[in-house]
Amino acid sequence: MIEWLENLGAKGLSILKEIGRAGVFLFWSVVGIFRPPFKIMPIIKQIHVIGATSFTVIFFTGAFVGMVLGLQGHYTLRMFGAEGALGSAVALSLVRELGPVLTGLMVTGRVGSSICAEVGIMRISEQIDALECMAIDPYRYLISPKVVASILSLPLLTAIFNIVGLMGGFLVGVRLLGGSEGAYLSTMKSSVMAADIRMCFIKSICFAILIVWICADRGYWVHKSRNGFGAEGVSRATTHAVVISSVAILVADYVITSLLL
Amino acid sequence: MTCENCCIELIGIEKSFGDQKVLRGVNLPIRRGFTTVIVGESGQGKSVLLKHILGLIAPDAGQVIVEGQDVTRLRGPELKKLRTRFGVLFQGAALFDSLTVFDNIALPLRERTRMPAAEVREKVRATLELLDLSGSEDKYPAQLSGGMKKRVGLARALQLNPEILLFDEPTTGLDPVRSHEVYQMFHETQQKLGYTSIIVSHDIPKIFNLADYIALLHEGVIQICATPEELQRCEKPLVRAFVERVMGKMYSSEIEDLELAAGL
Repeated sequence: MIEWLENLGAKGLSILKEIGRAGVFLFWSVVGIFRPPFKIMPIIKQIHVIGATSFTVIFFTGAFVGMVLGLQGHYTLRMFGAEGALGSAVALSLVRELGPVLTGLMVTGRVGSSICAEVGIMRISEQIDALECMAIDPYRYLISPKVVASILSLPLLTAIFNIVGLMGGFLVGVRLLGGSEGAYLSTMKSSVMAADIRMCFIKSICFAILIVWICADRGYWVHKSRNGFGAEGVSRATTHAVVISSVAILVADYVITSLLL
Repeated sequence: MTCENCCIELIGIEKSFGDQKVLRGVNLPIRRGFTTVIVGESGQGKSVLLKHILGLIAPDAGQVIVEGQDVTRLRGPELKKLRTRFGVLFQGAALFDSLTVFDNIALPLRERTRMPAAEVREKVRATLELLDLSGSEDKYPAQLSGGMKKRVGLARALQLNPEILLFDEPTTGLDPVRSHEVYQMFHETQQKLGYTSIIVSHDIPKIFNLADYIALLHEGVIQICATPEELQRCEKPLVRAFVERVMGKMYSSEIEDLELAAGL
Protein backbone atom coordinates (compact mmCIF):
# COMPACT_ATOMS: atom_id res chain seq x y z
CA MET A 1 0.00 0.00 0.00
CA ILE A 2 2.78 2.39 1.01
CA GLU A 3 4.71 1.42 -2.08
CA TRP A 4 1.67 2.17 -4.20
CA LEU A 5 1.34 5.58 -2.59
CA GLU A 6 5.04 6.23 -3.07
CA ASN A 7 4.77 5.37 -6.75
CA LEU A 8 1.76 7.61 -7.12
CA GLY A 9 3.59 10.44 -5.38
CA ALA A 10 6.70 9.95 -7.51
CA LYS A 11 4.60 9.94 -10.67
CA GLY A 12 2.80 13.09 -9.57
CA LEU A 13 6.07 14.83 -8.77
CA SER A 14 7.62 13.88 -12.09
CA ILE A 15 4.59 15.21 -13.95
CA LEU A 16 4.78 18.47 -11.98
CA LYS A 17 8.48 18.67 -12.77
CA GLU A 18 7.82 18.18 -16.48
CA ILE A 19 5.16 20.89 -16.49
CA GLY A 20 7.47 23.25 -14.64
CA ARG A 21 10.28 22.51 -17.07
CA ALA A 22 7.95 23.10 -20.01
CA GLY A 23 6.91 26.44 -18.49
CA VAL A 24 10.54 27.51 -18.17
CA PHE A 25 11.13 26.28 -21.72
CA LEU A 26 8.35 28.51 -23.09
CA PHE A 27 9.59 31.45 -21.06
CA TRP A 28 13.14 31.27 -22.45
CA SER A 29 11.90 30.61 -25.98
CA VAL A 30 9.82 33.78 -25.86
CA VAL A 31 12.61 35.76 -24.18
CA GLY A 32 14.91 34.50 -26.95
CA ILE A 33 12.80 36.36 -29.53
CA PHE A 34 13.88 39.67 -28.01
CA ARG A 35 17.53 38.83 -27.54
CA PRO A 36 20.20 40.14 -29.87
CA PRO A 37 21.67 39.38 -32.35
CA PHE A 38 18.40 39.66 -34.30
CA LYS A 39 18.46 37.62 -37.46
CA ILE A 40 15.73 37.59 -40.06
CA MET A 41 16.97 34.69 -42.19
CA PRO A 42 16.29 31.90 -39.66
CA ILE A 43 12.72 33.20 -39.25
CA ILE A 44 12.17 33.30 -43.01
CA LYS A 45 13.52 29.77 -43.29
CA GLN A 46 11.16 28.57 -40.59
CA ILE A 47 8.22 30.36 -42.22
CA HIS A 48 9.07 28.41 -45.33
CA VAL A 49 9.18 25.14 -43.37
CA ILE A 50 6.12 25.72 -41.20
CA GLY A 51 4.00 27.90 -43.45
CA ALA A 52 4.83 27.61 -47.13
CA THR A 53 5.33 23.86 -47.26
CA SER A 54 2.06 23.29 -45.38
CA PHE A 55 0.08 25.14 -48.05
CA THR A 56 -0.83 22.10 -50.16
CA VAL A 57 -2.06 20.00 -47.29
CA ILE A 58 -4.06 22.92 -45.86
CA PHE A 59 -5.52 23.68 -49.29
CA PHE A 60 -6.80 20.15 -49.84
CA THR A 61 -8.01 19.69 -46.28
CA GLY A 62 -9.83 23.02 -46.43
CA ALA A 63 -11.36 22.23 -49.82
CA PHE A 64 -12.71 18.84 -48.84
CA VAL A 65 -13.90 19.92 -45.41
CA GLY A 66 -15.80 22.78 -47.06
CA MET A 67 -17.20 20.44 -49.71
CA VAL A 68 -18.38 17.88 -47.18
CA LEU A 69 -19.92 20.65 -45.07
CA GLY A 70 -21.73 21.84 -48.19
CA LEU A 71 -22.96 18.32 -48.87
CA GLN A 72 -24.05 17.48 -45.33
CA GLY A 73 -25.45 20.96 -44.71
CA HIS A 74 -27.47 20.91 -47.91
CA TYR A 75 -29.26 17.65 -47.13
CA THR A 76 -29.73 18.39 -43.42
CA LEU A 77 -31.02 21.91 -43.95
CA ARG A 78 -33.32 20.74 -46.73
CA MET A 79 -35.17 18.60 -44.19
CA PHE A 80 -36.21 21.82 -42.49
CA GLY A 81 -36.61 23.73 -45.70
CA ALA A 82 -33.73 25.99 -44.77
CA GLU A 83 -31.27 25.41 -47.65
CA GLY A 84 -30.83 29.15 -47.81
CA ALA A 85 -28.93 29.11 -44.54
CA LEU A 86 -26.20 26.90 -45.98
CA GLY A 87 -23.78 29.81 -46.40
CA SER A 88 -24.22 30.76 -42.80
CA ALA A 89 -23.78 27.18 -41.55
CA VAL A 90 -20.63 26.56 -43.57
CA ALA A 91 -19.08 29.94 -42.79
CA LEU A 92 -19.71 29.83 -39.04
CA SER A 93 -18.51 26.29 -38.56
CA LEU A 94 -15.40 27.00 -40.59
CA VAL A 95 -14.47 30.36 -39.14
CA ARG A 96 -15.27 29.62 -35.53
CA GLU A 97 -14.15 26.03 -35.16
CA LEU A 98 -13.04 23.91 -38.06
CA GLY A 99 -10.67 26.41 -39.66
CA PRO A 100 -8.36 27.04 -36.70
CA VAL A 101 -8.69 23.55 -35.17
CA LEU A 102 -8.13 21.53 -38.32
CA THR A 103 -5.31 23.82 -39.46
CA GLY A 104 -3.72 23.37 -36.04
CA LEU A 105 -4.07 19.61 -36.20
CA MET A 106 -2.73 19.36 -39.74
CA VAL A 107 0.25 21.57 -38.90
CA THR A 108 0.91 19.50 -35.77
CA GLY A 109 1.02 16.35 -37.84
CA ARG A 110 3.10 17.85 -40.59
CA VAL A 111 5.40 20.28 -38.81
CA GLY A 112 5.15 19.50 -35.09
CA SER A 113 6.52 16.02 -35.61
CA SER A 114 9.42 17.34 -37.67
CA ILE A 115 10.23 20.05 -35.11
CA CYS A 116 10.30 17.44 -32.33
CA ALA A 117 12.44 15.04 -34.33
CA GLU A 118 14.86 17.77 -35.41
CA VAL A 119 15.37 19.15 -31.90
CA GLY A 120 15.47 15.64 -30.42
CA ILE A 121 18.18 14.49 -32.81
CA MET A 122 20.18 17.62 -32.08
CA ARG A 123 19.89 16.79 -28.40
CA ILE A 124 20.96 13.15 -28.59
CA SER A 125 23.85 13.90 -30.94
CA GLU A 126 25.17 16.51 -28.47
CA GLN A 127 24.56 19.38 -30.90
CA ILE A 128 22.59 21.31 -28.27
CA ASP A 129 25.40 20.73 -25.76
CA ALA A 130 27.79 22.05 -28.38
CA LEU A 131 25.68 25.20 -28.75
CA GLU A 132 25.72 25.72 -25.00
CA CYS A 133 29.45 25.22 -24.89
CA MET A 134 29.89 27.89 -27.53
CA ALA A 135 27.76 30.11 -25.29
CA ILE A 136 25.10 30.30 -27.99
CA ASP A 137 21.68 30.33 -26.38
CA PRO A 138 19.96 27.23 -27.83
CA TYR A 139 16.52 28.72 -27.17
CA ARG A 140 17.29 31.86 -29.11
CA TYR A 141 19.10 30.03 -31.88
CA LEU A 142 16.82 27.02 -32.31
CA ILE A 143 13.39 27.58 -30.79
CA SER A 144 12.59 31.30 -30.95
CA PRO A 145 12.64 31.54 -34.78
CA LYS A 146 10.21 28.62 -34.86
CA VAL A 147 7.88 30.36 -32.39
CA VAL A 148 7.86 33.57 -34.43
CA ALA A 149 7.43 31.74 -37.73
CA SER A 150 4.60 29.65 -36.34
CA ILE A 151 2.78 32.70 -34.92
CA LEU A 152 3.04 34.37 -38.32
CA SER A 153 2.20 31.32 -40.40
CA LEU A 154 -0.68 29.69 -38.61
CA PRO A 155 -3.19 32.58 -38.82
CA LEU A 156 -2.42 32.87 -42.55
CA LEU A 157 -2.83 29.14 -43.09
CA THR A 158 -6.10 29.30 -41.15
CA ALA A 159 -7.30 32.14 -43.37
CA ILE A 160 -6.45 30.10 -46.46
CA PHE A 161 -8.23 27.09 -44.98
CA ASN A 162 -11.36 29.19 -44.37
CA ILE A 163 -11.42 30.74 -47.81
CA VAL A 164 -10.82 27.48 -49.62
CA GLY A 165 -13.41 25.79 -47.37
CA LEU A 166 -16.01 28.43 -48.16
CA MET A 167 -15.35 28.00 -51.87
CA GLY A 168 -15.62 24.22 -51.47
CA GLY A 169 -18.97 24.61 -49.72
CA PHE A 170 -20.10 26.96 -52.47
CA LEU A 171 -18.99 24.54 -55.17
CA VAL A 172 -20.95 21.63 -53.74
CA GLY A 173 -23.91 23.41 -52.12
CA VAL A 174 -24.58 25.84 -54.98
CA ARG A 175 -22.96 24.64 -58.17
CA LEU A 176 -23.35 20.89 -57.71
CA LEU A 177 -26.56 20.58 -55.73
CA GLY A 178 -28.26 23.64 -57.12
CA GLY A 179 -28.69 25.77 -54.01
CA SER A 180 -29.24 29.50 -54.32
CA GLU A 181 -26.07 31.46 -55.00
CA GLY A 182 -27.41 34.71 -53.62
CA ALA A 183 -28.66 33.08 -50.42
CA TYR A 184 -25.32 31.32 -49.84
CA LEU A 185 -23.33 34.51 -50.20
CA SER A 186 -25.67 36.83 -48.33
CA THR A 187 -26.21 34.53 -45.32
CA MET A 188 -22.48 33.97 -45.23
CA LYS A 189 -21.84 37.70 -45.12
CA SER A 190 -24.53 38.53 -42.64
CA SER A 191 -23.82 35.80 -40.11
CA VAL A 192 -20.05 36.08 -39.73
CA MET A 193 -19.23 38.91 -37.34
CA ALA A 194 -15.93 40.61 -36.64
CA ALA A 195 -15.93 38.81 -33.27
CA ASP A 196 -15.92 35.45 -35.07
CA ILE A 197 -12.93 36.40 -37.17
CA ARG A 198 -11.18 37.69 -34.06
CA MET A 199 -11.85 34.43 -32.24
CA CYS A 200 -10.52 32.52 -35.22
CA PHE A 201 -7.23 34.41 -35.16
CA ILE A 202 -6.87 34.28 -31.37
CA LYS A 203 -7.30 30.53 -31.59
CA SER A 204 -4.82 30.10 -34.38
CA ILE A 205 -2.18 32.18 -32.58
CA CYS A 206 -2.68 30.14 -29.39
CA PHE A 207 -2.42 26.90 -31.36
CA ALA A 208 0.71 28.17 -33.09
CA ILE A 209 2.39 28.69 -29.72
CA LEU A 210 1.10 25.37 -28.37
CA ILE A 211 2.42 23.36 -31.32
CA VAL A 212 5.96 24.73 -31.22
CA TRP A 213 6.03 24.77 -27.42
CA ILE A 214 4.96 21.17 -26.90
CA CYS A 215 6.77 19.63 -29.85
CA ALA A 216 10.06 21.47 -29.36
CA ASP A 217 9.92 20.85 -25.60
CA ARG A 218 9.50 17.10 -26.05
CA GLY A 219 12.47 17.04 -28.41
CA TYR A 220 14.61 19.35 -26.30
CA TRP A 221 14.20 17.27 -23.14
CA VAL A 222 14.17 13.88 -24.87
CA HIS A 223 17.21 12.77 -22.82
CA LYS A 224 15.36 13.44 -19.58
CA SER A 225 12.38 11.28 -20.45
CA ARG A 226 12.24 7.63 -19.50
CA ASN A 227 14.15 5.49 -22.02
CA GLY A 228 14.83 8.66 -23.94
CA PHE A 229 17.93 7.38 -25.65
CA GLY A 230 18.87 7.16 -29.28
CA ALA A 231 16.62 6.95 -32.28
CA GLU A 232 13.93 5.07 -30.38
CA GLY A 233 13.81 7.77 -27.70
CA VAL A 234 13.34 10.43 -30.36
CA SER A 235 10.67 8.44 -32.17
CA ARG A 236 8.78 7.95 -28.91
CA ALA A 237 9.11 11.64 -28.05
CA THR A 238 7.80 12.56 -31.52
CA THR A 239 4.74 10.37 -31.11
CA HIS A 240 4.10 11.84 -27.66
CA ALA A 241 4.59 15.36 -28.94
CA VAL A 242 2.02 14.94 -31.72
CA VAL A 243 -0.50 13.25 -29.42
CA ILE A 244 -0.10 15.77 -26.61
CA SER A 245 -0.24 18.83 -28.85
CA SER A 246 -3.26 17.49 -30.75
CA VAL A 247 -5.13 16.96 -27.50
CA ALA A 248 -3.90 20.31 -26.19
CA ILE A 249 -5.29 22.03 -29.31
CA LEU A 250 -8.73 20.50 -28.74
CA VAL A 251 -8.70 21.38 -25.03
CA ALA A 252 -7.49 24.91 -25.72
CA ASP A 253 -10.18 25.25 -28.39
CA TYR A 254 -12.86 24.47 -25.83
CA VAL A 255 -11.38 26.84 -23.26
CA ILE A 256 -10.97 29.73 -25.70
CA THR A 257 -14.45 29.22 -27.14
CA SER A 258 -16.03 29.19 -23.68
CA LEU A 259 -14.14 32.34 -22.70
CA LEU A 260 -14.88 34.30 -25.85
CA LEU A 261 -18.44 33.28 -26.69
CA MET B 1 41.49 28.00 -3.94
CA THR B 2 43.88 25.40 -2.63
CA CYS B 3 45.93 24.94 -5.77
CA GLU B 4 48.06 27.71 -7.16
CA ASN B 5 48.37 28.09 -10.90
CA CYS B 6 45.24 26.00 -11.41
CA CYS B 7 42.57 27.26 -13.75
CA ILE B 8 40.17 24.47 -12.88
CA GLU B 9 39.77 22.51 -9.70
CA LEU B 10 37.30 19.72 -9.05
CA ILE B 11 36.57 19.15 -5.38
CA GLY B 12 34.71 16.11 -4.12
CA ILE B 13 32.46 15.64 -7.16
CA GLU B 14 29.82 12.98 -6.71
CA LYS B 15 27.28 11.98 -9.31
CA SER B 16 24.78 9.17 -9.65
CA PHE B 17 22.58 8.20 -12.57
CA GLY B 18 19.64 6.31 -11.12
CA ASP B 19 21.08 3.64 -8.84
CA GLN B 20 24.50 3.75 -10.42
CA LYS B 21 27.04 5.91 -8.64
CA VAL B 22 29.46 7.02 -11.33
CA LEU B 23 31.61 9.59 -9.55
CA ARG B 24 32.41 9.07 -5.86
CA GLY B 25 34.29 12.15 -4.80
CA VAL B 26 36.55 13.25 -7.64
CA ASN B 27 39.35 15.68 -6.75
CA LEU B 28 41.35 16.99 -9.67
CA PRO B 29 43.44 20.11 -10.21
CA ILE B 30 44.02 21.27 -13.80
CA ARG B 31 47.12 23.42 -14.20
CA ARG B 32 47.11 26.46 -16.41
CA GLY B 33 48.88 26.16 -19.75
CA PHE B 34 49.45 22.42 -19.44
CA THR B 35 47.83 19.37 -20.94
CA THR B 36 46.05 17.08 -18.52
CA VAL B 37 44.93 13.74 -19.83
CA ILE B 38 42.16 11.86 -18.05
CA VAL B 39 42.46 8.14 -18.62
CA GLY B 40 40.40 5.22 -17.40
CA GLU B 41 38.30 2.36 -18.65
CA SER B 42 35.07 2.87 -20.57
CA GLY B 43 32.07 3.72 -18.47
CA GLN B 44 34.13 5.19 -15.62
CA GLY B 45 32.55 8.59 -16.12
CA LYS B 46 35.30 10.45 -17.94
CA SER B 47 32.95 12.25 -20.32
CA VAL B 48 30.62 12.93 -17.41
CA LEU B 49 33.52 14.65 -15.67
CA LEU B 50 34.05 16.93 -18.68
CA LYS B 51 30.37 17.84 -18.70
CA HIS B 52 30.68 18.84 -15.05
CA ILE B 53 33.48 21.22 -15.90
CA LEU B 54 31.28 22.84 -18.55
CA GLY B 55 28.31 23.08 -16.21
CA LEU B 56 26.25 20.87 -18.53
CA ILE B 57 25.63 18.45 -15.65
CA ALA B 58 25.19 19.47 -12.03
CA PRO B 59 26.97 17.27 -9.48
CA ASP B 60 25.08 15.67 -6.58
CA ALA B 61 27.80 16.96 -4.27
CA GLY B 62 31.08 18.84 -4.63
CA GLN B 63 32.38 21.91 -6.36
CA VAL B 64 33.77 22.72 -9.78
CA ILE B 65 35.98 25.79 -9.48
CA VAL B 66 36.88 27.44 -12.78
CA GLU B 67 39.02 30.56 -12.49
CA GLY B 68 37.87 31.08 -8.91
CA GLN B 69 34.16 30.67 -9.68
CA ASP B 70 32.05 27.73 -8.63
CA VAL B 71 30.40 26.51 -11.83
CA THR B 72 27.72 24.63 -9.91
CA ARG B 73 26.44 27.92 -8.48
CA LEU B 74 26.50 29.90 -11.70
CA ARG B 75 23.33 30.56 -13.63
CA GLY B 76 22.36 32.03 -17.01
CA PRO B 77 24.54 34.93 -18.14
CA GLU B 78 27.44 34.20 -15.74
CA LEU B 79 27.63 30.61 -16.89
CA LYS B 80 27.46 31.77 -20.49
CA LYS B 81 30.31 34.20 -19.88
CA LEU B 82 32.42 31.49 -18.31
CA ARG B 83 31.74 29.13 -21.20
CA THR B 84 33.16 31.62 -23.68
CA ARG B 85 36.57 30.66 -22.23
CA PHE B 86 36.09 27.05 -23.29
CA GLY B 87 36.47 25.29 -26.58
CA VAL B 88 35.10 21.79 -26.75
CA LEU B 89 35.69 18.93 -29.14
CA PHE B 90 33.01 16.34 -28.48
CA GLN B 91 33.36 12.60 -28.75
CA GLY B 92 31.23 12.42 -31.88
CA ALA B 93 32.41 15.92 -32.93
CA ALA B 94 28.78 17.12 -32.44
CA LEU B 95 28.77 18.98 -35.74
CA PHE B 96 25.50 20.54 -36.83
CA ASP B 97 24.45 18.01 -39.40
CA SER B 98 22.15 20.31 -41.33
CA LEU B 99 24.89 22.90 -41.85
CA THR B 100 27.84 22.67 -44.23
CA VAL B 101 31.40 22.44 -42.96
CA PHE B 102 31.86 26.13 -43.68
CA ASP B 103 28.71 27.14 -41.79
CA ASN B 104 29.63 24.87 -38.89
CA ILE B 105 32.96 26.57 -38.43
CA ALA B 106 31.53 30.03 -39.05
CA LEU B 107 28.69 29.57 -36.57
CA PRO B 108 30.47 30.71 -33.40
CA LEU B 109 31.80 33.78 -35.22
CA ARG B 110 28.40 34.65 -36.66
CA GLU B 111 26.52 34.13 -33.42
CA ARG B 112 29.02 35.33 -30.85
CA THR B 113 30.80 38.20 -32.57
CA ARG B 114 29.88 41.14 -34.77
CA MET B 115 32.52 40.25 -37.32
CA PRO B 116 31.58 41.32 -40.87
CA ALA B 117 30.73 38.49 -43.27
CA ALA B 118 33.85 38.98 -45.40
CA GLU B 119 36.09 38.71 -42.35
CA VAL B 120 34.28 35.59 -41.17
CA ARG B 121 34.83 34.04 -44.58
CA GLU B 122 38.50 34.94 -44.46
CA LYS B 123 39.03 33.54 -40.97
CA VAL B 124 37.19 30.31 -41.72
CA ARG B 125 39.15 29.82 -44.93
CA ALA B 126 42.39 30.31 -43.00
CA THR B 127 41.39 27.71 -40.40
CA LEU B 128 40.29 25.30 -43.10
CA GLU B 129 43.67 25.63 -44.70
CA LEU B 130 45.49 25.22 -41.38
CA LEU B 131 43.70 21.97 -40.69
CA ASP B 132 44.00 20.68 -44.22
CA LEU B 133 40.28 20.87 -44.92
CA SER B 134 40.30 23.12 -47.98
CA GLY B 135 37.87 21.95 -50.62
CA SER B 136 35.40 20.39 -48.24
CA GLU B 137 33.69 23.58 -47.07
CA ASP B 138 30.50 22.81 -48.98
CA LYS B 139 30.19 19.26 -47.73
CA TYR B 140 27.83 18.19 -44.99
CA PRO B 141 29.10 16.38 -41.87
CA ALA B 142 27.46 13.13 -43.02
CA GLN B 143 29.73 13.20 -46.10
CA LEU B 144 32.93 13.42 -44.04
CA SER B 145 35.19 10.70 -42.68
CA GLY B 146 35.72 10.32 -38.92
CA GLY B 147 39.07 12.11 -38.99
CA MET B 148 37.73 15.01 -41.00
CA LYS B 149 34.83 15.41 -38.61
CA LYS B 150 37.27 15.69 -35.72
CA ARG B 151 39.26 18.29 -37.57
CA VAL B 152 36.14 20.30 -38.37
CA GLY B 153 35.17 20.01 -34.69
CA LEU B 154 38.58 21.31 -33.66
CA ALA B 155 38.39 24.10 -36.22
CA ARG B 156 35.04 25.14 -34.75
CA ALA B 157 36.35 24.93 -31.18
CA LEU B 158 39.31 27.18 -32.06
CA GLN B 159 37.30 29.97 -33.67
CA LEU B 160 36.76 32.05 -30.55
CA ASN B 161 40.34 31.69 -29.28
CA PRO B 162 39.49 29.72 -26.13
CA GLU B 163 41.73 29.63 -23.07
CA ILE B 164 40.77 26.10 -22.15
CA LEU B 165 40.17 23.32 -24.63
CA LEU B 166 38.37 20.12 -23.72
CA PHE B 167 38.79 17.09 -25.94
CA ASP B 168 36.56 14.11 -25.49
CA GLU B 169 38.29 11.12 -27.05
CA PRO B 170 39.83 12.99 -29.95
CA THR B 171 41.24 9.97 -31.73
CA THR B 172 38.62 7.29 -31.24
CA GLY B 173 37.89 5.57 -34.51
CA LEU B 174 40.89 6.99 -36.33
CA ASP B 175 43.67 4.99 -37.93
CA PRO B 176 47.19 5.37 -36.44
CA VAL B 177 48.34 7.82 -39.12
CA ARG B 178 45.32 10.03 -38.65
CA SER B 179 45.49 9.94 -34.87
CA HIS B 180 49.15 10.86 -35.06
CA GLU B 181 48.15 13.82 -37.21
CA VAL B 182 45.52 14.85 -34.71
CA TYR B 183 48.13 14.80 -31.91
CA GLN B 184 50.52 16.76 -34.05
CA MET B 185 47.78 19.29 -34.69
CA PHE B 186 47.04 19.58 -30.95
CA HIS B 187 50.67 20.04 -30.18
CA GLU B 188 51.18 22.70 -32.82
CA THR B 189 48.05 24.67 -32.03
CA GLN B 190 48.80 24.53 -28.32
CA GLN B 191 52.34 25.76 -28.86
CA LYS B 192 50.97 28.59 -30.91
CA LEU B 193 47.95 29.53 -28.84
CA GLY B 194 49.08 28.49 -25.37
CA TYR B 195 45.75 27.16 -24.17
CA THR B 196 45.17 24.78 -21.29
CA SER B 197 43.88 21.47 -22.53
CA ILE B 198 42.06 18.60 -20.95
CA ILE B 199 41.93 15.42 -22.97
CA VAL B 200 39.85 12.38 -22.21
CA SER B 201 41.41 9.50 -24.04
CA HIS B 202 41.63 5.78 -24.52
CA ASP B 203 44.65 6.05 -26.71
CA ILE B 204 47.26 5.11 -24.15
CA PRO B 205 50.24 5.04 -24.23
CA LYS B 206 50.44 7.29 -27.30
CA ILE B 207 48.69 10.08 -25.48
CA PHE B 208 51.52 10.01 -22.88
CA ASN B 209 53.75 11.91 -25.28
CA LEU B 210 51.30 14.75 -25.34
CA ALA B 211 50.44 14.81 -21.63
CA ASP B 212 52.00 16.99 -18.98
CA TYR B 213 49.80 15.36 -16.37
CA ILE B 214 47.88 12.14 -16.37
CA ALA B 215 44.88 11.56 -14.16
CA LEU B 216 43.65 8.01 -13.71
CA LEU B 217 39.93 7.73 -13.07
CA HIS B 218 38.94 4.40 -11.59
CA GLU B 219 35.91 3.37 -9.56
CA GLY B 220 34.63 6.90 -9.42
CA VAL B 221 37.73 8.56 -7.96
CA ILE B 222 40.96 9.98 -9.35
CA GLN B 223 43.54 7.43 -8.23
CA ILE B 224 46.48 9.56 -9.20
CA CYS B 225 47.20 12.78 -11.04
CA ALA B 226 50.88 13.02 -11.90
CA THR B 227 53.38 13.48 -14.70
CA PRO B 228 53.90 10.43 -16.95
CA GLU B 229 57.26 9.73 -15.23
CA GLU B 230 55.78 9.88 -11.75
CA LEU B 231 52.96 7.67 -12.87
CA GLN B 232 55.38 5.01 -14.01
CA ARG B 233 57.25 5.13 -10.70
CA CYS B 234 54.15 5.04 -8.53
CA GLU B 235 53.98 2.12 -6.09
CA LYS B 236 50.21 2.07 -5.56
CA PRO B 237 49.04 -1.43 -6.62
CA LEU B 238 46.11 -0.18 -8.65
CA VAL B 239 48.25 2.34 -10.51
CA ARG B 240 50.99 -0.25 -11.00
CA ALA B 241 48.48 -2.67 -12.49
CA PHE B 242 47.29 0.05 -14.84
CA VAL B 243 50.81 1.05 -15.88
CA GLU B 244 51.74 -2.55 -16.52
CA ARG B 245 48.71 -3.08 -18.66
CA VAL B 246 49.53 0.06 -20.58
CA MET B 247 53.14 -0.94 -21.05
CA GLY B 248 51.94 -4.12 -22.65
CA LYS B 249 49.94 -2.01 -25.00
CA MET B 250 52.92 0.23 -25.61
CA TYR B 251 54.85 -2.80 -26.80
CA SER B 252 52.18 -3.84 -29.29
CA SER B 253 51.75 -0.28 -30.36
CA GLU B 254 55.44 0.02 -31.20
CA ILE B 255 55.16 -3.04 -33.37
CA GLU B 256 52.18 -1.46 -35.03
CA ASP B 257 54.17 1.69 -35.71
CA LEU B 258 57.07 -0.30 -37.11
CA GLU B 259 54.73 -2.17 -39.39
CA LEU B 260 53.28 1.10 -40.49
CA ALA B 261 56.72 2.57 -41.17
CA ALA B 262 57.62 -0.47 -43.22
CA GLY B 263 54.45 0.02 -45.22
CA LEU B 264 52.91 -3.28 -44.18
